[in-house]
Amino acid sequence: MLDKTGIAKRIAQEVKDGSYVNLGIGIPTLVANYIPTGMNVVLQSENGLLGIGPFPFEGEEDPDLINAGKQTITTIAGSAFFDSALSFGMIRAGKVDLTILGAMEVSENGDIANWKIPGKMVKGMGGAMDLVASAKHIIVAMQHVNKAGESKLLPKCDLPITGLRCVKKIVTELAVLDVLPEGGFKLIERAPGVSVEQIKNATAGKLIIEGDIPEMVL
Amino acid sequence: MNKTVANAAEAIKGIQDNMVFAFGGFGLCGIPENSISALVKAGVKGLTCISNNAGVDDFGIGLMLHQKQVKKMISSYVGENAEFERQLLSGELLVDLIPQGTLATRLMAAGYGMPAIYTPAGVGTEVAEGKEVRTFNGKEYLMEYAFDVDFAFVKAWKGDTQGNLIFRKTSRNFNPLVAMAGKVTVAEVEELVPAGSLDPDHIHIPGIYVHRIFQGVSYEKRIEQRTLTSRA
Repeated sequence: MLDKTGIAKRIAQEVKDGSYVNLGIGIPTLVANYIPTGMNVVLQSENGLLGIGPFPFEGEEDPDLINAGKQTITTIAGSAFFDSALSFGMIRAGKVDLTILGAMEVSENGDIANWKIPGKMVKGMGGAMDLVASAKHIIVAMQHVNKAGESKLLPKCDLPITGLRCVKKIVTELAVLDVLPEGGFKLIERAPGVSVEQIKNATAGKLIIEGDIPEMVL
Repeated sequence: MNKTVANAAEAIKGIQDNMVFAFGGFGLCGIPENSISALVKAGVKGLTCISNNAGVDDFGIGLMLHQKQVKKMISSYVGENAEFERQLLSGELLVDLIPQGTLATRLMAAGYGMPAIYTPAGVGTEVAEGKEVRTFNGKEYLMEYAFDVDFAFVKAWKGDTQGNLIFRKTSRNFNPLVAMAGKVTVAEVEELVPAGSLDPDHIHIPGIYVHRIFQGVSYEKRIEQRTLTSRA
């Protein structure tokens, strides 16, 4: 079973050289730490920056320089700032190659819910609805089951939807799964020490298992 | 054309109850601190406030929420504000949560003189309820109207007496778009300089969009998440 760092490390393997990537808040943000050095990847922050650098050293933090999670950050050689309309313009126009974000639920046809629990939690969608409506490739980083032990990979989302038929891949503490265009979660890899049976038990939506499922290599 | 006014109190003259205000800033980054303080002091009520976030409990627009000056918020993310969430869940506060890109582009549309825009964000979700859907090249889009803003409040790094503005780093965020959207736009700046001091090639928002500009004071520029790299 993977911890949050493990999920981030596995997702980092999906990031391609020469791509522009938007990382959501939480586990997705950690992915930046595991992109191999020497790989040319530019991270987009939807509040208006291309080229996110590491966190600043103490004393060098700048209140005018934050990421979408409101964390202090730095720039890198070649960074660029822009306003929020241009930021979502480049997202809408499909210039951002990959979006990695968290989710509360994903359905077997790729619908995602991650912005609201009616009557309980209302934080808002932020940029998530814009990102999932336009990104070419969307990977979800999340726990396979919720705190109540219920599967988050469902036939249909119960919570209010963020976007329809958009998620392509999911990485959880148990597995890597592709969401097939015709519907269904196709099991690609098992996390170290996790059995296919465990994954089956934790997946409420249609799970497709073909042949031997390899253990992931981190 | 000299747009200079003495201070925030003078800059907000003409505000009334039940108006629509828009605010620049993302989180607490680049918020118009001086104007917000003046609005809190003025005590106007029944406001509709367009702002990506709602501040935190004791800073930014959070201060206006505490005073119950806000009737309705139009925002994309309000996760940092417990008082906001309380007022919303209890029904004291109306809220329109909309996608961040939609928020930005509806402001932009106002400044570009376009009545509406089409965006795929929110198709098939609660956000789409009651909105016109059109299909272009096989993909569905929602029609979203330009905002109609009575007063817009922005914060820039530098500005000149003509109202030309330059923003700094990620504090630019919504500020240029909010500046464009106001029937009356109030800009506060960290450094107000005489016309001619700024390179015309470096201006982010030309002064035609700015009606009043003033030298801001006592900036707190609070950091929400101080994340650091260890020197070790």
